[in-house]
Formats: sequence, C-alpha cells, structure tokens
Amino acid sequence: MKDRFNLYRFASPATFYPLAGALIPYFVAVSVVFGLAGLWLGMLVAPTDFQQGEGYRIIFIHVPASWMSMFIYLVMAFWAAIGLAFNTRLSGMMAQALAPTGALMAFLSLWTGALWGKPMWGAWWVWDARLTSELILLFLYIGYMALTAAIDDQRRADKAGGLLLLVGVVNIPIIYFSVKWWNTLHQGSSVNLAKSSMATTMLWGMLLMAMCFWMYSIAIAFMRVRTIMLERERHTDWVRAELADKIPGGEK
Amino acid sequence: MIHWNSFSDFIAMGGYGFYVWGSFGVTALIMTIEPIMVARNRRITIARLKRQLRAESRTNSRADHRNNAE
Repeated sequence: MKDRFNLYRFASPATFYPLAGALIPYFVAVSVVFGLAGLWLGMLVAPTDFQQGEGYRIIFIHVPASWMSMFIYLVMAFWAAIGLAFNTRLSGMMAQALAPTGALMAFLSLWTGALWGKPMWGAWWVWDARLTSELILLFLYIGYMALTAAIDDQRRADKAGGLLLLVGVVNIPIIYFSVKWWNTLHQGSSVNLAKSSMATTMLWGMLLMAMCFWMYSIAIAFMRVRTIMLERERHTDWVRAELADKIPGGEK
Repeated sequence: MIHWNSFSDFIAMGGYGFYVWGSFGVTALIMTIEPIMVARNRRITIARLKRQLRAESRTNSRADHRNNAE
C-alpha cells in the first residue's frame, strides 16, 4: 500500500515542477498538430457559408478564443476556491500562471469579434449583452492581475485575488446564456448537441482549433507556473538544488 | 477537395480578406509573442535567483569565517 500511486503528491510544487516541465513539449506538439489540422479543414476544405460568404472563417479563432477565455476563468476560480478552502500553495501559483493567457484569449475574442462584426453588422462594437459581458471578463482578468501585483505579501495577494475570482465567476453564465436571455445582435450558439447549424467540415475545423487553443493554454500556463514556482519557493531546498544544477545562462 | 481555385482567391477571402487575415494575423502574433515573453521572463528570473543565491552563500560563508576566527 505504501507505494500506491498518489495523485495528491503532485499538489506539492517540488513534484509538480518536473512533471510540468516534462509535459510541456507534448502539449506543444499536440497543439501544433491540432492547429495544422484545424487550419487545413477550416481554411482550405470547408465550404463557403451561404449567408456570410468567406467572412465566417473568423469563427475558427473567434469561438476557440471565446471558449478558452471563459474556461480559463473557470479553472482559475476553481483554484481560487481550493486555495481559500485548503490554503494550498500550488493553487495561487496556478491562478497566477493562467491569468495573462486568459486575458489574451478574452482580448482575441473581442478583437476577432470586432473584425467579424464590422462586415456583418456594420459596426466594430455594439453595447450588446454578449459583447459587454465578454468585455467585463477582460476587465476581471486585468483586475485580478493588477490586484495580486499590488499586494506584496504573496499569501494575502492570493487570498484577495481568489476572492475577486470567485465573485466574478457569476459573469461566466451571463456570457454563456446572454444570447438566450436577451435579444442580442450576436448570433446564437453555433454548436448545438441536438442539431448543429454548421457543415461537418466547419464543425470539425472549429473543434480542432478549440483543441489547439486548449493545449496551447496548458503548455503556456505550465511554462509560466514553473517560473512562478522557482520565484516563490526560492528559499526551499528543492529550488536551491534546481538552481545549482543549471549551467550559467543555460535554459532547461 | 481544396475549396479554393487559386492562391489569390484564398488571399482575397471573397472580399473579406482584411477582416479574416486581420483576425488570424493578430492571433498568430499573440501566440508567437506570448511564449517568447514567458521564456524570456524565465531566463531573467533564473539569472536573478541564482545571483541572489550566490550572494546569500557568500555572506553566509563570511559569517562562518568570522565565527571560526573568534
């Protein structure tokens, strides 16, 4: 029983650090494969949309970026809840590592949305429920990063940031259901379990791109969390050993 | 199987070229710059932590010397 595989072991930074480092190349490789397949299907194979012409092809990044912007926030809120409940060290680091990528995804969602809205609606921006709630999501990411950066004591920064994340989580269902709850300019969801409004190649192109974005986000968050771990755990023996091992200037 | 008749068709995107490539271009740019920034930040952080560690061990060994001499 003593040698039984224990998942909780990876909740410790000292064991998670090498694991994340070993996994990064795989996530990068899988992300590139999904991305190439998705671009090939979406940009080269998928047919023209009968309503939106070729302009609809923005969907292949707009939807994955929007999904990731919401999903990353949920993951951060999950870590915030764990951190506040159990006072674990890893959770604050995870939330910190995910925030910039989440903010970039929210920005990409708004940017590609503007470039899609202009030719289809005639406006870069409208104060519509979907768009406004996504903008609030971007502000929540920026607010979280600014708040945690402004507090010197790391544990207090994590607690304050975690609280902000948990309060802000109410925004996620608002974004998701906004096209149902309110009469908006934004089109309804493209993917529907009962019947999808998209051609099969379009749907697969989009799902592959979503997987690409997902794997990218994991890879970049792992890269970031490893640096955060070294920084925050710099007084522990394992970080000292890790730093002593490195060749000067070398990157591993 | 390929939807496009020519490369210029592909670039033009049926008149939506500016919007489609504006979206894909900025996305590609962000997904290139973000990993570069993260890797750069990692290099800088590791260099700084090593410097701090060296400075710490120097002061510790000096203190040891003093203690031994006394």
